[in-house]
Amino acid sequence: MAKLFPIKVTVNGKEYEREVEARLLLSDFLRHDLGLLGTHVGCEHGICGACTILFDGEAVRSCLIFAVQANGHSVRTVESLGTPEELHPLQQSFHEKHALQCGFCTPGFLMTLVPFLEENPHPSEEEIREAIDGNICRCTGYEKIVEAVQDASEKLSQKK
Amino acid sequence: MKPVAFDYYAPASSEEALATLAELGYDGKVLAGGQSLIAAMNFRMSRPAALVDLNNVPELAYINPTAEGGLAIGTMTRVSDVEHSEEVARRFPLLTEVAKFIAHPQIRRRGTFGGAIAHADPAGQLPGISLLMNMKCLLKSSEGERWVDAPDLIIGPFMTVIEPQEMLSEIVLDPFPARTGCKYVQVARQSGGYAQSAVGAIVTLDENGVCQVARVVLMGVYEIPILSEKAAEVLVGNKPSPEVYAAVAEAVQAEIDPATDLAATAEYRRSITRTLAVRCLTEAFDRARKGA
Repeated sequence: MAKLFPIKVTVNGKEYEREVEARLLLSDFLRHDLGLLGTHVGCEHGICGACTILFDGEAVRSCLIFAVQANGHSVRTVESLGTPEELHPLQQSFHEKHALQCGFCTPGFLMTLVPFLEENPHPSEEEIREAIDGNICRCTGYEKIVEAVQDASEKLSQKK
Repeated sequence: MKPVAFDYYAPASSEEALATLAELGYDGKVLAGGQSLIAAMNFRMSRPAALVDLNNVPELAYINPTAEGGLAIGTMTRVSDVEHSEEVARRFPLLTEVAKFIAHPQIRRRGTFGGAIAHADPAGQLPGISLLMNMKCLLKSSEGERWVDAPDLIIGPFMTVIEPQEMLSEIVLDPFPARTGCKYVQVARQSGGYAQSAVGAIVTLDENGVCQVARVVLMGVYEIPILSEKAAEVLVGNKPSPEVYAAVAEAVQAEIDPATDLAATAEYRRSITRTLAVRCLTEAFDRARKGA
């Protein structure tokens, strides 16, 4: 029997206590152990960006962190953003601007862009493209995503 | 689960980490940011028996000025903290420029300065830049410590002189003399991708505008980054000019041995290395003249 490590981790504001094998990736922990399927797993070696989550508020790859390393830390996934009835402004902009087609990459884009827009509420197009250079989308050609971020930046600044 | 099973240690101090490494010997491997190591483990190319995770050792993350006017960077300093550090931008703008080319924002947030150097990925930017800047690397073990210059640290692809019981603890950057200019240029297929070829230069002019010191690093064109001897031979003692840059671009062809892979042919790598060498030196000497 593999050695198990007890961890205490806060995910989307809720505290979980679990026992995990050291080799369990945080992405798999979120999906398999907690059933949070919003975090998508694409390449599993840090290239595609689909599994991006917030680790203590910062956008990182959940496939390049072990679950055991999240002990004592706080994680936010796409499930923490909006609800189908009330989307997060960024989700609303993605919807309105057709910034997704198949949707596989979208959670990674959203979790990359949420802290980005908090830090940089009025980004230039170049800054937006730099922010998402670690997220691969094969449907949109990125144009619509950039438009959606610009739209969300306006929505969010009006909200304040 | 993708990686093979391994044992895991999360020491809370540098001392505890070194004691754990000493105990584990060849079974132990340091886990810093993990942005290259965990990817390699996911492929099962890397199969360490045990990881010693430094992420709970906050004392290893810092950027401190040195008495000499340089900087001492703790091994666990995140690449994005180096990228956004005002101290770094003021003293070593080269590093700020290079950081933008390292993978992606999410990777830089987690990846560490020391980890990237100790991992010695030949395709990574920081190992090459560590040679270029002649970074001083502090290796610690529970027995003691020693300093190794970056060019003596990296001995092969993913290979360094760091012993199993040692860890790279701190990296010291010495200040540049006056009239020094630096530049890094690369060609990659996409933003954040590995460079098919990259050239970095640090050049110093004397009062008469003659090149006094020239360090040129070539990356992506050999099995490890090369600190070019040919470039220094051509440049030192000469007044920089387009003809001299072209001569360097030609001379370094003898030192490189680029591979053909999915990203580029060897021939193409040779060709862009020529162009990049000229571009890099033009800008580096321009900056040296301006004293930047």
